[in-house]
Amino acid sequence: MLTAAASTDLNTVEYVVFGVIAASMAIAAIRVVTAKNIVHAALYLVVVLAGVAALYVMLAAEFIAVVQVLVYIGAIVVLLLFGTMLTRAPIGTTSDLDNEQRGVSLVVSLFLLGVLGWTLTKAFGWSHMPETPVQRTADVGNSIFQSFVIPFEVVSILLLAALVGAVVIARRD
Amino acid sequence: MLALDLTAYWAVTVLKVAVVLALIPAGALILGYVFLLKMMSFMQSRLGPMEAGPGGVLQLVADGVKFLQKEDIFPDRADRRVFALAPVVVLMSTFLLYLVIPAGPRLVVQDLDTGVIFALAVSSISVIGVLMAGWASANKYALIGALRAAGQLIAYELPLVLAVVGVAMQAGTFSLQGIVKAQANGEIFGFGAIGNPFLFTQFIGFILFIVSAQAELSQTPFDMPVAESELVAGFMTEYTGFRFLFFFMGEFGTAFALAAIGATLFLGGWYLPGVHGGLADVVGPLVLGAKIMLVAFLIFWVRFSYPRLREDQLQALAWKFLIPLSLVNILATGVLKVVVK
Repeated sequence: MLTAAASTDLNTVEYVVFGVIAASMAIAAIRVVTAKNIVHAALYLVVVLAGVAALYVMLAAEFIAVVQVLVYIGAIVVLLLFGTMLTRAPIGTTSDLDNEQRGVSLVVSLFLLGVLGWTLTKAFGWSHMPETPVQRTADVGNSIFQSFVIPFEVVSILLLAALVGAVVIARRD
Repeated sequence: MLALDLTAYWAVTVLKVAVVLALIPAGALILGYVFLLKMMSFMQSRLGPMEAGPGGVLQLVADGVKFLQKEDIFPDRADRRVFALAPVVVLMSTFLLYLVIPAGPRLVVQDLDTGVIFALAVSSISVIGVLMAGWASANKYALIGALRAAGQLIAYELPLVLAVVGVAMQAGTFSLQGIVKAQANGEIFGFGAIGNPFLFTQFIGFILFIVSAQAELSQTPFDMPVAESELVAGFMTEYTGFRFLFFFMGEFGTAFALAAIGATLFLGGWYLPGVHGGLADVVGPLVLGAKIMLVAFLIFWVRFSYPRLREDQLQALAWKFLIPLSLVNILATGVLKVVVK
């Protein structure tokens, strides 16, 4: 058993940690859509997003993991909770959180699963990932501002446009 | 046979966790006693607590024991699970903050490469705990307090992060240990005896950091989330006993940690000119402690001196003044970094 585990690139501890993270993410993701309370659903979403950050840590992408927490948990979920609590978020269960689009969403989800699964197996096959050292933040900065500076600037312009659009929609005078 | 190997991974981890677990209540008690009880009293020409221990030093310990004895009350219509979980989320965020703060060349739980960004990321988790607490209490004052807290923390997180960016640019790293070293090895116009505390070159950043930290900690003049004359006690209204104690420790433990981060970013952290090597590991915590008290003194001095802002004044200050100023600060730092080298 031990030799079998040692012969692969991943070791047993990594398998166990990945299993725990993946299982809790899957359970929380199911609870996001089945929860009968909108705030509970948002809080389960926090668990899912924290699981993504944990997976980034396992992939030795420290900076991305920290930004994931800062942006998704610290800002987006907070805005989500803020918005629901400001408008309507009753305590207890409500029955009007579901709509009649289960069939459509099933098709979309299966399509997404197929596309992502096909792309990943096509790109990587079943080969083991090489042992990667922890990614230095300076390396991330260097690759963004040297190799990928044009995509980066395009994304900035897109975000700026979205920002201006939000301001225009918000102030109708 | 059962010799304890203190360099084993598990032993080191247990030791680190134990130190942080002891540090949070200790930091909260020190700030609570020195500033909340004594400094405020002296500023108001009174003695403050005098009975528990010499000069009342044990007052907060006595309060803590009192809180532990109280009944664990849930409001009748509260969402019990979320209500119980909220203080834990807040305290967890405080706990994680201590992971990256260095107190000496080797005295740091984990010197992350993303250091200061990690600290800001985990400190933003506490907002979720506050929102959970306010919503689950089934009380309109609690909910209004939580919404105010969220709006305020979102607004002031931006200038806080942008103030830190200036420091990170000058030091060339996010790692807090690296930022301390950059200050220790720096020179002011060729004069390197005291290093180069970023307080001088990033003075605007320091002001931005202190003001934003004041708001992040909900200290007066930014204490609308717990405004006692308007909202009873804001999001903490329904909490009693040890759950309230969690919030109290979270508040003062975070104040201690943010003061430590401020001291590390702008005052040189554990570095004392002329102290190197192994000695720095002994003197470092004391130096850092003194600098923490200096930063915390500023925060609490303002807290006890100024009245509360209005909600619109609070938002206007963040969006119309602090954020533009912090962007100009980043631009100036970038230009100077290239020109001066």
